[in-house]
Amino acid sequence: MPDDQTMTPPLPDIQQAPLVAAFDLTLVIDGKRLIDQIGFTLGQQSRTIILGPNGAGKSLLLKLMHGLIAPTDGAVRWQPQPDGGPRRQAMVFQRPVLLRRSVAANLDFVLKRQGKADIADRREALLDRIGLSDKAGQAARLLSVGEQQRLALARALATEPEILFLDEATASLDPSSVLKIEQIVQEASAAGVKVIFVTHDLGQARRLADDVLFLHRGRIGEQAPAEQFFRRPASPDAAAFLDGKIVI
Amino acid sequence: MQNFAESFRLAFDLLISLDADLLEIVGLSMQVSLAAMGFACAIGFPLGALVAVTRFPGRGAVIILMNALMGLPPVVVGLVVYLYLSRSGPLGWLGLLYSPTAMIIAQTILIAPIVAALSRQVLEDLHGEYDEQFRSLGLTRLQTIITLLQDARYSLLTVALAGFGRAIAEVGAVIIVGGNIDHLTRVMTTAIALETSKGDLALALALGIILLVIALSVNACVMGLRMTARRYAYA
Repeated sequence: MPDDQTMTPPLPDIQQAPLVAAFDLTLVIDGKRLIDQIGFTLGQQSRTIILGPNGAGKSLLLKLMHGLIAPTDGAVRWQPQPDGGPRRQAMVFQRPVLLRRSVAANLDFVLKRQGKADIADRREALLDRIGLSDKAGQAARLLSVGEQQRLALARALATEPEILFLDEATASLDPSSVLKIEQIVQEASAAGVKVIFVTHDLGQARRLADDVLFLHRGRIGEQAPAEQFFRRPASPDAAAFLDGKIVI
Repeated sequence: MQNFAESFRLAFDLLISLDADLLEIVGLSMQVSLAAMGFACAIGFPLGALVAVTRFPGRGAVIILMNALMGLPPVVVGLVVYLYLSRSGPLGWLGLLYSPTAMIIAQTILIAPIVAALSRQVLEDLHGEYDEQFRSLGLTRLQTIITLLQDARYSLLTVALAGFGRAIAEVGAVIIVGGNIDHLTRVMTTAIALETSKGDLALALALGIILLVIALSVNACVMGLRMTARRYAYA
């Protein structure tokens, strides 16, 4: 992961040190302000759901946080590890991008980069976790889309991330695949991985969210604990979105 | 038409009888062209990959140049290599002129741009697909290039084949730097040119037919490999 986001502005004076803080985060492309002076902090131990209508800038925000794109202005600052090193991050994309290799080789590719000695054991454990042990030798691109996404998730987890980004990772998957992926995400979260999940699926948001970042037209519409957000949304846009109204 | 019929019969006879001279010419043709293809791939694949994944000022001009060099005139390449390798040339002391090595050098210069330009396009397309994932995984540029080359291996086989096709069919450069010396630098194309100039059109055509059969066989093998790879979703 590129760590060029660990930037200059100091953390704000807040009572509890956040895992990540964004300051005036802005992304302008072709004169359009797609992310517009966003500022927020996220805590360590929770599943954060970034929610909002299509085109709100959810995926762009995720990529800005992950460092895949550089902001036009502002910064994202991650709390460094105790040893001062960057936080390990991994991302699962909406469309799984798998190498033109076998299922096992896709995992080995990451495990070898980790320099692990017990690659075979780790691979077996990951395959067992995602329910693909019997397809280890199969070409990854011959898996169903749901299986491919599970493999992409396993590959992300193989990096032993502290922060796991998921960008609409279950969009267009069948319910059983969605359930399986949500289970794996919940297990990872329970094991201490910070999960930041982009979705526009309200049901999924209700199932997974500890706290919600509601995005609308490139700005933070609302940030609140999930229970509060779903029971009494503070912003009219969030309320309309939760009511199933068309929010543009 | 009589020539064609006679040529087919002659080609068949030459092949069936395993004519020693023919085998020598075919063997040298394959040896020179395969070696040139190997060197061209060793140069062209990394170069194509580097241009595919790197953004730098003047990149567009470099791509245009790479594409333009695919059309290098063989006789010009042959002439330049000849001037370098001739006794009075800067590399004359190597004594390579009129040797298979000189022919390999000329063919490598001819087909390396083809391999580089085509592999650049193949790898750039693949890189577009993998780029965000690779950056997410924190791959360095070198790791990206190596992984792209590995994953595009079946497409790159076709690229290598295009280079081989150009090399095995090439006559202008190898006749200048090789000299078409019997039992030393005579390859199929130069033999065809010689037999044509001598008026032995039947033999020239027979050699041409054998050349076509070789090209078809190599293509069929690679195509079979690619189809197998596609069936298993590796390509």
